[in-house]
Amino acid sequence: MIGLSQVKKAYNQGRANEFWALRGVDLHLERGRVTVFRGPSGSGKTTLLTMVGCLARPSSGRVSLEGRDISALPERFLTEIRRSTFGFVFQSFNLLKGITALENVMVPAYPLGGDHGALKRRALELLDRLHMADKAHSNAEWLSGGEAQRVAIARALVNDPRIVIADEPTANLDSERSAQFLDIVAQLKAEGRTVLMTSHDPLVAEAPVVDRVVSLRDGLIAGGG
Amino acid sequence: MSTRRASDWVLGGLVLGVAALVATLVVSSSWVATDRPAAKRRAELVARLGLTDLALFTEARYTRHPSQADRHAAFQDHPFAFEHFPSGSVLPPRRMP
Amino acid sequence: MSNWFGRQRALMDFAVSSLARRKGKTLGLLAVYTVVVFVLASAMLFSHALRREAALVLAGTPEVLVQRLVAGRHDLIPASHLQAIRAIRGVKSAEGRLWGYLFDPAAAANYTLMVPADDAPAPGQAVIGSGVAQVREAAIGDIMSFRAHDGQLVSFTIAGIVDPQSALVAADLFLVSETDYRRLFGIAADRFTDIVVTVRNPREVRTVAEKIDAALPDTRIILRDEIKRTYESVFDWREGMVLLLLAGAVLAFFIFAWEKASGLSAEEKREIGILKAVGWETGDVIALKSLEGVLVSLTAFLLGYLAAWLHVFQWGAPLFEPVLKGWSVLYPDFRLAPHVDELQVATLFFFTVFPYTLANVVPIWRAATIDPDQVMR
Repeated sequence: MIGLSQVKKAYNQGRANEFWALRGVDLHLERGRVTVFRGPSGSGKTTLLTMVGCLARPSSGRVSLEGRDISALPERFLTEIRRSTFGFVFQSFNLLKGITALENVMVPAYPLGGDHGALKRRALELLDRLHMADKAHSNAEWLSGGEAQRVAIARALVNDPRIVIADEPTANLDSERSAQFLDIVAQLKAEGRTVLMTSHDPLVAEAPVVDRVVSLRDGLIAGGG
Repeated sequence: MSTRRASDWVLGGLVLGVAALVATLVVSSSWVATDRPAAKRRAELVARLGLTDLALFTEARYTRHPSQADRHAAFQDHPFAFEHFPSGSVLPPRRMP
Repeated sequence: MSNWFGRQRALMDFAVSSLARRKGKTLGLLAVYTVVVFVLASAMLFSHALRREAALVLAGTPEVLVQRLVAGRHDLIPASHLQAIRAIRGVKSAEGRLWGYLFDPAAAANYTLMVPADDAPAPGQAVIGSGVAQVREAAIGDIMSFRAHDGQLVSFTIAGIVDPQSALVAADLFLVSETDYRRLFGIAADRFTDIVVTVRNPREVRTVAEKIDAALPDTRIILRDEIKRTYESVFDWREGMVLLLLAGAVLAFFIFAWEKASGLSAEEKREIGILKAVGWETGDVIALKSLEGVLVSLTAFLLGYLAAWLHVFQWGAPLFEPVLKGWSVLYPDFRLAPHVDELQVATLFFFTVFPYTLANVVPIWRAATIDPDQVMR
């Protein structure tokens, strides 16, 4: 479903502080699986996810999604693909402050201009499924870490993506909350979604729901590829 | 979903504001029409008495009748005299043909 | 189409909640902006209505006025000039006018003393403007006395008050008979203040004026066109003290607005990054910020304009009164008829809404093209 061939990514290319985050990655990821990318910080696992999730383009190499080469598409098309295919749960959740949890969940769907009432119902349903219905009208900055994460998950799901990408999802959670998160991942998998996560948390890598663990080191695949 | 959307209030407010703006234009033109007889009386008074100016600034003779004042009226006390009356700064100096 | 509208509505929802998040900043900006629009619109509405009124009312002002100048000052004109003017070809009539200023120590006000050409009050009587009646609290039948040039008292019985609706042109008038006028100031019977000339053919006004000027070199000629032009340029020239003072405020506001709108805070940059990461296009972000700008500036324009209209036409422009009044005691109590120029309103709209919206969007343009993967780093 997702294929990477000889993907390289440089930051600050051509300048003194040039840094190669990925140095040639070949990988194939299958539909409906849960994959964890593991590795020390700076190993390139987050960069890899930004390539796959159409947040950035590789410096060289090719990324294909469902058989289509997406590494050379202009930004407009990347945004379109990102919006319809991917849902993101960021490490620091990145909720918008000052607006309610419900509005945060609805934000990704605003530019689509669909029926507002239907969108609101869908967002409330998602929050309800994640046991957040009673916090729907709380402002985002009043939520605890676990609550903020569940709002972020609901936001990732509002456009009904086929692939969910989570960057260090358990970094800010205690063991109990982490276990709850893995339950949600299991639900997503049961719905047929593909889940990609980065993590250094052994709890995540060793969870039964995870199908595959890919290790990275210094911008190269070190195991599980 | 009984609660109103934020944009409902804002759009409603803007529509109301634009309606009020249009209303000022409509009211203005009907007011001008109502005032026409009084304006006509004013014009007749001006013609009958041979008036030349608006009685807006009565503080100095060259501001009461700017059209009748000569160019240097404001400075005739002394060539370097500063403008003395506040309304003098709102009125243009008389243009010499 | 309905999808386009749905998108705008959704973006507007979000724009409103974004503005509500920065409530203090938004309301403060809106208040300052509204005040600026209000003062600008007030000055604009007031001066336009006044100019229109002046043009309407002064249409009947004398066609040609002849003044005598002595050493650069206006001086009394001798009756012999009347004969000289009447002899000029094209002149229909020439009449001497008697008018001047009278300082009333009791009210510390200046009146315009005038002898009407016809229907003048009988000797010992006066017809006064509504402003005079007001400052002296005078009614018909009251007696007002003034010291004449020789120190003797001259008394007038108030025989009538000029219609208050004509206050804009007649508030300070004090109409008397020719006898009383000459008695008050000690002006000889063969002297006038100036001369009103009517011309047979209106198209020959300039030619006749030139002939008078050639025949009487000690005179100055004032044409009706020049009088009208005086009022077309009132407030235009220097745009008056109000606008002069306002220029500073307007500049300060634009610097403030530019600073506010163009200086993106780290928080706003983070928000744009999040929006892009969750699937917003650059165009969506720009549309959102334009909507924010339009909402603020359009609201300010509507509130400011409406308040200005009420201020100028409903409440008689009380904020401008001190400027117009200056040090004068007597100020006409008038309501301007609301001559509104739609083009001016449109101009005001353009200059209030567009620059601000643009100032809101330009910096976003730069920020919105940042790679969305920033939020992951």
